[in-house]
Amino acid sequence: MRSRIFHIAANTFREAVRDRVLYNLIAFALLLTATAILVGQISMQIERLVVINLGLTAVSLFGVVIAIFIGIGLVSKEIEKRTLYTVLSRPVARWEFIAGKFFGLSGTLVVNTSCMAVGVFAALFYVARQLHGSDAWVLVAMYFIVLELLITTALALFFSSFSSPLLSAVFTFCLFIAGSFAEDLRGFVGLSHGLQHWMAMFAVYAIPNFSALNVIGQVAHGNPISGQLIFWNTAYTLVYTLAVLSGAILIFEHRNLK
Amino acid sequence: MLVRAIEILGLEKVYQVGFWRKRPRRALHPLSLAVEQGEIFGFLGPNGAGKTTTLKLLMGLVFPTGGTARILDMELDDPRMKAQIGFLPEQPYFYDYLTARELLRYYGKLSGLDSKQLAPRVDAVLEQVGLKDAANVQLRKFSKGMLQRAGIAQAILHDPKVVFLDEPMSGLDPMGRREVRVLIEQLKNDGKTVFFSTHILSDAEALCDRVAILNQGTLRGVGSVEELTAGMRAQVEIVWAGNSTPIALTRLGAACRTAGDTVRAVLPSAQQDAAIEALRREQLRLISVTPVRLSLEDYFMAQLAQDEPEAVAADQAKAAR
Repeated sequence: MRSRIFHIAANTFREAVRDRVLYNLIAFALLLTATAILVGQISMQIERLVVINLGLTAVSLFGVVIAIFIGIGLVSKEIEKRTLYTVLSRPVARWEFIAGKFFGLSGTLVVNTSCMAVGVFAALFYVARQLHGSDAWVLVAMYFIVLELLITTALALFFSSFSSPLLSAVFTFCLFIAGSFAEDLRGFVGLSHGLQHWMAMFAVYAIPNFSALNVIGQVAHGNPISGQLIFWNTAYTLVYTLAVLSGAILIFEHRNLK
Repeated sequence: MLVRAIEILGLEKVYQVGFWRKRPRRALHPLSLAVEQGEIFGFLGPNGAGKTTTLKLLMGLVFPTGGTARILDMELDDPRMKAQIGFLPEQPYFYDYLTARELLRYYGKLSGLDSKQLAPRVDAVLEQVGLKDAANVQLRKFSKGMLQRAGIAQAILHDPKVVFLDEPMSGLDPMGRREVRVLIEQLKNDGKTVFFSTHILSDAEALCDRVAILNQGTLRGVGSVEELTAGMRAQVEIVWAGNSTPIALTRLGAACRTAGDTVRAVLPSAQQDAAIEALRREQLRLISVTPVRLSLEDYFMAQLAQDEPEAVAADQAKAAR
């Protein structure tokens, strides 16, 4: 079982690596980091802040674009091109296929984010000529970005398991935007009453809380991240991702592959 | 006791189509048939007859509305069964960023082959399907015929007992079709059961031990070509010298065709004596009287004519072209 998931994941990773679009995105992200360096040079005394802010935002945005762009095609492309038929006619369960696809793209995103992290640290070193102890918090912000990408991948996979690539992209992107304002929504829950209150409450739990995973501003100012936040964000991501993947599997298990 | 390779009992599929107001579309009427081990079984029918739907049901890619099926006496979702079958989908498209060798290694691993047996097996299968020289070429550079061969390679890689091929000759040139025919015969010689769908009747007639004919989702007949055509009205071909046709022969229902200085007529065997007598009366020189061997195509067209006479007429016009 585990080996089949591993082989599907490895093949998904290989596909992403051999995909030229992915290379372009990495190159573009590196270009943006270079821009950060330029902006850092023309910003008096706040080079570090600008580089971390711009660098991490670029890592997050490009990671999300890759997660959505590839994630929405993970299932639909395999159905459209009928490659899935030759996989599922073997002793491969449908849930193993979904799990393999998820781990494959997640692995790709981890490698991709790591490459971008190197770029951000290189930019930081370039503008500050040295790295500070507080720069280690950038790694935590990177870790939170990876968590954000795991949720985004799961969402893209979920929508991809029953709708077209275009709709999957729209749904996932909308949830990403909504999730980025999840804290504001929580504030609205406290202010609303009656049906509005319950609807807002439902939305708070259903929409992924990406704002809790965004510590870029905090890290840019050199503020530490609490261990408690790291723990709860990790637990939240695991539970949310597992729930979304379970939904994807549930739908995919009953889907007719016409 | 030898278990049946495939046993289908009342398998049916109804799709719900439409966006707002769903309406049923029956893709397959209850289908029952059995395929014995070691057989080459042809699953014939025009486009849209329900052949691919049946194969998808057997592969567990779509779920039946009713009925059941067993392969090698195991349920369709049994992983042990899936390890013993191979499947080539219609017009296969594979991961084109992989080479043929990488593709087979991937499928081999999914089929549970261990690394030690995988490498020699991949080489052997690549050689068997004639792709040894293209083993390290990415599939995006493959021609359609090469892709079809790669498709057959992945279907037989894990040495399955039953091989399902959906339109394996589709889109191939005569050489490619011949190669696929040879491969299917090889599989039979190796003791495999081959279940293949096709609408190319000559291939089915040349290869199959038995065939099933499907039209509009309904089974129209199952058996060997001889069994199926035995029930059809026997005909004879009568050839005589000259270029005149006695009126009596036309009245007997003969289809006459003049070729050079001979005339050929095909008519029911029961009218043979009356036709010869008519020729004798007209003092025409009889050259030959030959029983017409009914082909699978004759049976197939007769079955189709019951359901859709216009489609049969169109097919015949196409064949004439």
